[in-house]
Amino acid sequence: MAKSLGPVKRKFSPWTDPSAVPFIRFENITKRFGDFTAVDNLTLDIYEREFFSLLGPSGCGKTTLMRMLAGFEEPTEGRILLQGKDISGVPPYRRPTNMMFQSYALFPHMTVEKNIAFGLEQDNLPKGEIATRVEEMLKLVKLERFAKRKPNQLSGGQRQRVALARSLAKRPKVLLLDEPLGALDKKLREETQFELMDIQTELGLTFLIVTHDQEEAMTVSDRIAVMDKGIIMQVATPAEIYEAPNSRYVADFIGDINILEGTIAATASALGAPGAVRIDCDGIAVSVEQECQAVKGDKVAFAIRPEKVRISPDQPADTSANAVYGEVWDIGYLGDFSVFLVKLADGRIVRAAQANVSRLVDRPITFGDMVWLTWPVDAGLVLTR
Amino acid sequence: MASVSETHPANRSNPARWLVVAVPYVWLLLFFAAPFLIIVKISLSETAIALPPYTPLFKGFGAIGEFVSQLDFDNYLFLTGDPLYIEAYLSSLRIAVISTFLLLLIGYPMALAMARAPTTLRPTLVMLVILPFWTSFLIRVYAWIGILKPDGLLTLLLQSLGLLGADDQVQIFRTDYAVFIGIVYSYLPFMVLPLYSALEKMDNTLLEAASDLGCPPWKAFWKITFPLSLPGVIAGSMICFIPITGEFVIPDLLGGADTLMIGKTLWTEFFGNRDWPLASAVAVILLVMLVVPIVIFQNQQKKVA
Amino acid sequence: MRSSRFDATVLTLGFAFLYIPIIILVVYSFNASKLVTVWGGFSLQWYKTMWSNQGLMDAAWVTARVGIISATIGTVLGTLAALSLVRFVRFPGRTLFSGMIYAPLVMPEVITGLSMLLLFVAVGIDRGFWTVIIAHTTFTMCYVAIVVQSRLLTFDRSLEEAALDLGCPPVRTFFKITLPLIFPAVIAGWMLAFTLSLDDLVIASFTTGPGATTLPIKIYSQVRLGVTPEINAICTILIGLVTIGVIIASISTKRTEMRRIRDEHAALRGTT
Repeated sequence: MAKSLGPVKRKFSPWTDPSAVPFIRFENITKRFGDFTAVDNLTLDIYEREFFSLLGPSGCGKTTLMRMLAGFEEPTEGRILLQGKDISGVPPYRRPTNMMFQSYALFPHMTVEKNIAFGLEQDNLPKGEIATRVEEMLKLVKLERFAKRKPNQLSGGQRQRVALARSLAKRPKVLLLDEPLGALDKKLREETQFELMDIQTELGLTFLIVTHDQEEAMTVSDRIAVMDKGIIMQVATPAEIYEAPNSRYVADFIGDINILEGTIAATASALGAPGAVRIDCDGIAVSVEQECQAVKGDKVAFAIRPEKVRISPDQPADTSANAVYGEVWDIGYLGDFSVFLVKLADGRIVRAAQANVSRLVDRPITFGDMVWLTWPVDAGLVLTR
Repeated sequence: MASVSETHPANRSNPARWLVVAVPYVWLLLFFAAPFLIIVKISLSETAIALPPYTPLFKGFGAIGEFVSQLDFDNYLFLTGDPLYIEAYLSSLRIAVISTFLLLLIGYPMALAMARAPTTLRPTLVMLVILPFWTSFLIRVYAWIGILKPDGLLTLLLQSLGLLGADDQVQIFRTDYAVFIGIVYSYLPFMVLPLYSALEKMDNTLLEAASDLGCPPWKAFWKITFPLSLPGVIAGSMICFIPITGEFVIPDLLGGADTLMIGKTLWTEFFGNRDWPLASAVAVILLVMLVVPIVIFQNQQKKVA
Repeated sequence: MRSSRFDATVLTLGFAFLYIPIIILVVYSFNASKLVTVWGGFSLQWYKTMWSNQGLMDAAWVTARVGIISATIGTVLGTLAALSLVRFVRFPGRTLFSGMIYAPLVMPEVITGLSMLLLFVAVGIDRGFWTVIIAHTTFTMCYVAIVVQSRLLTFDRSLEEAALDLGCPPVRTFFKITLPLIFPAVIAGWMLAFTLSLDDLVIASFTTGPGATTLPIKIYSQVRLGVTPEINAICTILIGLVTIGVIIASISTKRTEMRRIRDEHAALRGTT
């Protein structure tokens, strides 16, 4: 997660503006295939020029949702509005959306040029204009030299760019990307992520991307919808999703996290401090500073990211901080980070990550050491769902 | 790939493994390739009345000059000089071209419908196409005689439907139309199966992509589906066209006296007139005509393999 | 599924075209009337006539023997040819070899038959039972080669490598690993070869001699004289045999498949 930069280039948050009109609206959408409910009474707004991600494991309904917007599937119930207009019943070839397919779906019998021109030819544009647009697109994806090649003479990365150019050529109102980078290797994928963001900003289009790769979603998106079993668990910016997940599911799905089950021992009113909660996690008392709807006795979970847990051989001087004591069970060396698996007296494991700022030889904590894990009251979260 | 397989441990170490290649190779050389050389040689010899009805083949391996001087192009001159033979060749080609076109016309929609059927249904449909192929060719042609005869079932059916007067009869049997029906019927599985295997392999997302880019379904068929199924179209057409050109049984049983097909001519020259050298010459010219389609077919097969 | 109604219509018409003539043929073999177009009630008399027709029965016996022997030799040679094409990537004259495998599939039968006959005459072999077998073996082996080849192309080579790695010599690996796994294709090839041999009229007519009249030759000579219910009867029996064979084959493959799926499920349950 450390490498994810997020879109920090511009200030853009129409979803916080109550007067903003959504560009795309999924309204109570349900889609069933026989007995199987792929999408379950889902409502979602996406705004113009937004880079929006649908994130979830395979089978969560994210692809079905996208295919309904493209027109390949019709919703069983509910409707989809594009710029306020109901588009149900409009066939895919009359919708102002274009899709970049997971398999790229490049026409194998046509050259790169012909593939990119295909959509424009359907609109019966004059030949000269088609040629100019194709050239523009080839330049955009840096494939000018490959115009005359067939798809099978291209590398995976080049094919991906042809697919992108083809879907952008018609200047769609919404570009749909179905696992666009899934077939690329890690390094190429990271490069392409930033290119996608540049292209989106440059052309000022609305991008809707489907992915199961949380890192990808975090990197490129303005907002992310985390989906599970046909419903949306949380819609928020990448930073919010990471720092303030609203449920155990989202917390666990995005990044690495320690989750300790427990019950509310005392709430703000009892503690006298606004926004403070005390949780009893099977013998470990944890204080959290958080606005929380839960009342005393509620079953909740305490969640904390490993990089927010401090590890030290010495007992903390500050007695107000949360602290647990345990034995170093395993160490995962990740290069930039080391993850320490600390086993508590009752057998529970808590993970703590520490940046490797000093050289290997100096690492003071090793296997079998007894250590203290501490974290401030504002580092963790109470999860009620 | 080549080098990998050559040095594969299963292929190395045992010289006896070459028997795997040698046995079928020698068999085909002896019984498939050698006969073609003989047929060419005999087509160039004179007709003799004795049995075997041509001049002896082996006179020892004498001078090549002597061999060449013995060559006799009379049979070929005779064939090219007689309009009947030329007409038979042209008529065979005409019938084969029309039949292949009809087969495509009927076979393509069938293959497309099969490829678009639910996956669970497809094996059954393939089975249903193959099953008639397992029953005898002769039987299937014979079945049409009973239907197409002037006093046959088709006449009876049309009469009972009132489409035909009680004294009228369907005049299809022993005409070219009956030959077309027989050919289309017999060769349909050979056309449908290659088309189906080409269409079934097609990635459905390509059609979705076309639709997404603004292409309506009927247009997507001509821009995407059809061009991508061309290998199947070529394979199916060649598998049908080549043997139809030399077809004997169908024109003989269903065709009329004026149905000219070269397979029938060859049969008559051989069994009727006992003119072996002329029959051989007929066969050689037929083979020469079919060289181009056969080479196309072979290349297609190699690409698939 | 916009076009599913169109597809259903096409398939219905197509299969009606393929099957109605055969069904009519079968039905009229049970016709008491000698006239093919008149239904005279159900009767098995044509089967009786057929049974007592010695010439027809002799021809059937010859055909069965020719079919079994040529299909068996053809399957062995065809399997070897398929192995050559898939496993021996370079050998002298490979193009000629693959050409000789593919050409007989489309070669007009009159050419194959005539050329084969001229070979037998040229080398002085008397035509008869064995020349028909040689001719049938030659063209059926090519079909077997194609069927087995397509199976070998999808064969997982690492299975053989595993056997070799475990100390099994190449020849034994072939018989212990490769052959059992490609066996369904070999059997399918044999059945195809047998039906092709059973079916052949033209090549057999050229290469046969006295005392080796096959069933198609016999049927053909009778058909030329006109339609008789007796021919319908023998055709019905042939169709019945082939249909039973195909059904047994498909049931047994389906059953093996089912058992495999069931075993896999059991294995999965066992491990979790």
